[in-house]
Amino acid sequence: MVPVNYYIILSAILFTIGVVGVLTRRNALIIFMSIELMLNAANLAFVAFSSVIKSFSGQIFVFFVIAVAAAEVAVGLALIVEIFKSKRSIDVDQMSSLKG
Amino acid sequence: MTLDLIFFLILSLIALSTALGMLLSRNAVYSALFLVLNFITVAVFYLLLGAPFIAMAQVTVYAGAIMVLFLFVIMLLGAEELPKAEVLPWQKRLARGLAFVLALETTFIFLTRARPIGDVAQPDASINTVTNLRALGETLFTDYLLPFEVTSILLLVAMIGAIVLVRKEKRVH
Repeated sequence: MVPVNYYIILSAILFTIGVVGVLTRRNALIIFMSIELMLNAANLAFVAFSSVIKSFSGQIFVFFVIAVAAAEVAVGLALIVEIFKSKRSIDVDQMSSLKG
Repeated sequence: MTLDLIFFLILSLIALSTALGMLLSRNAVYSALFLVLNFITVAVFYLLLGAPFIAMAQVTVYAGAIMVLFLFVIMLLGAEELPKAEVLPWQKRLARGLAFVLALETTFIFLTRARPIGDVAQPDASINTVTNLRALGETLFTDYLLPFEVTSILLLVAMIGAIVLVRKEKRVH
């Protein structure tokens, strides 16, 4: 049997790695992947708690989070493609001007 | 050391090293592939936690659909690596320090305030895929029916949004 605390600590570390990715990388795609990693860490905590209290609500929430992540990726990648078309780069440091 | 604990330790080692690989590799394609491995490891965690449906959804939607979309865009844009540019020298150190504080903070608050007690349920024969799916479906279509419908609208809006964003506009004036 694995104590639920271990899962929570793992989830916190994964979330922190995602935060470091968002803060330090300049490639917009990798920043996006780090956001996915953070969502995933939160999902892991949800499922761990749902397993402890023996309720399905946590798993339902993870289901919704996965659906929202899919929608977010579709729109976000479309935005990145558009930004690349106008700037010829996906470096987030280049996206500093307010007018296209 | 029970078998579950050994499983957990090996899997968490893989999960953490693939997450770090995603963070540290210079090439965006390698990052995406590391992230696929990380998602699959998390799916195995879901199996250990007795959530087979979520595990399968994780593999098909995350590792399958979302990451393939990422790889498509990386190769479409040819943006595997960014050219060198001047970066703020203090930014990385500050970010790492703040992230360390954040990790300590979240762990502390989770373990003291939320007080999670007990072990996770052992994935026994009673939580097989069929019963898990049936119970999940019943909860989804009774207690969570409205959020489910809202999710379908969200997916439709996201699809329309993506199409509108990337379509070629005909300038009439």
